[in-house]
Amino acid sequence: MTSSAKKHSTESTPDLTSKLTPALLSANKLTCIREERLLFDELSLQINAGDIVQVEGPNGSGKTSLLRILSGLSQPYDGQVYYKEQAIGRCREEFQQNLLYFGHLAGVKGEMTAQENLNFNLSLHGNSTENSSDYLALVNLLGFEDSLASHLSAGQHRRIALARLYQSQAAIWILDEPFTAIDKQGVASLEQLFVKHTEQGGCVILTTHQDLISIDANTVKKITLDYHCDEFLENENDEHDFTEHAR
Amino acid sequence: MTLNSQNSAIVAKNIDIAIEEKATFSYRHAFMLVLKRDLTIAMRHRDDIINPLLFFVIVITLFPLGIGPEAQTLSRIAPGIIWVAALLATLLSLDRLFKSDHQDGSLEQMLLSPHPIFILVLAKILAHWLITGLPLILIAPLLAVLLHLNEQSYGALMLTLLLGTPVLSLLGAIGVALTVGIKKGGVLLSLLVLPLYIPVLIFATSAIDTAALGLPYSGQLAIIAALFFGSLTLAPFAVGAALKVSTN
Repeated sequence: MTSSAKKHSTESTPDLTSKLTPALLSANKLTCIREERLLFDELSLQINAGDIVQVEGPNGSGKTSLLRILSGLSQPYDGQVYYKEQAIGRCREEFQQNLLYFGHLAGVKGEMTAQENLNFNLSLHGNSTENSSDYLALVNLLGFEDSLASHLSAGQHRRIALARLYQSQAAIWILDEPFTAIDKQGVASLEQLFVKHTEQGGCVILTTHQDLISIDANTVKKITLDYHCDEFLENENDEHDFTEHAR
Repeated sequence: MTLNSQNSAIVAKNIDIAIEEKATFSYRHAFMLVLKRDLTIAMRHRDDIINPLLFFVIVITLFPLGIGPEAQTLSRIAPGIIWVAALLATLLSLDRLFKSDHQDGSLEQMLLSPHPIFILVLAKILAHWLITGLPLILIAPLLAVLLHLNEQSYGALMLTLLLGTPVLSLLGAIGVALTVGIKKGGVLLSLLVLPLYIPVLIFATSAIDTAALGLPYSGQLAIIAALFFGSLTLAPFAVGAALKVSTN
């Protein structure tokens, strides 16, 4: 009984897709250990084109670690991530061309203007910078194009970073808490963008503590990560008490 | 439902084709992009340029005050002072190389970009050298006058600085990349990097001293050049690997 990370509701898409094209992103028996604590164990998943996957779980259950492993930023303790059935370490360039990762940190430089930040991010990932001011308008930053990012708020920083989504041609979007510091209207338009992206054959993997409002709950696959207390209780009683206390 | 998924599979294939056609990533383009960005940031955040330069100038001007104005003593120790000051000024500026990018998340984005990491790293190191190394070289002859450097040594001073300061930036980058994930990595950074700087220091000052005697110093210069090309080819890969470990 090691695997408490379960995958629910996979039945929403029939298996036909996976027969036609290999899964965009799949993981085989991922194990992640942080600070001598087991976050998840033998977690396998398969993400096809058109999927919206929401990773759920309480704080500290390993959501961010999972997303970082899937994007190749962190190495799992055990297991392997595959992009179209190739290990991601083997097809780094191809995988990263098709990957958009948005982490806790927006990656926005205070010394550059909103426009410069967006243009740099776009061209770093090989996207065209044409019409980039339109994308800033789409994230409600019209009029702030030439403001230095250090004069903007945290939410606006995240909006600058998210503006990249509108131009991105990457198929796999891995978004860690994309709605943090974003207002209601922004969340709704982002959700619509996700739906549009999946309709075009991409996939979205995200963590959020909010429920998705405008996306039909049945189309969202959920991966629930549990907080691994029980195992410590069974095996190493003392150590568990200690770690709980220390926290 | 079946039809739907078939459709989406077809769309997915189309997207794949589009992506393959989309962009052939040019190394030069990526290199220039990062270089331009780092220089823009430095120009708007002038502390980065001024701090190490000011440190360099202050250290060198303090020596004659402490030791006394005798031309003979000063010209004897001038090469060492200039090089030690240059070395410490570089060390002082190293922290900025990756730290701010690591803190605001842009380092992650660079690592996840489809470009080879060593190209991006090389651009960042070149930007660092242009911001810190080049101003030192430009101001060094002026400060050498203050220290009564031997007239015959100026050529050697400029050549060793020109070949040596890039080595300091390149080797320093490895140390920064290794310590960037640590909250207080400053002490560790100096411990890691300073021993690697010592060969450059020894051969550079030796070249300047030899030049003062009117002897050929091409041997020392060749060794510094070897250090430069060795670190130019190997350091970017080491930095890339170290950054991957640091962001893990």
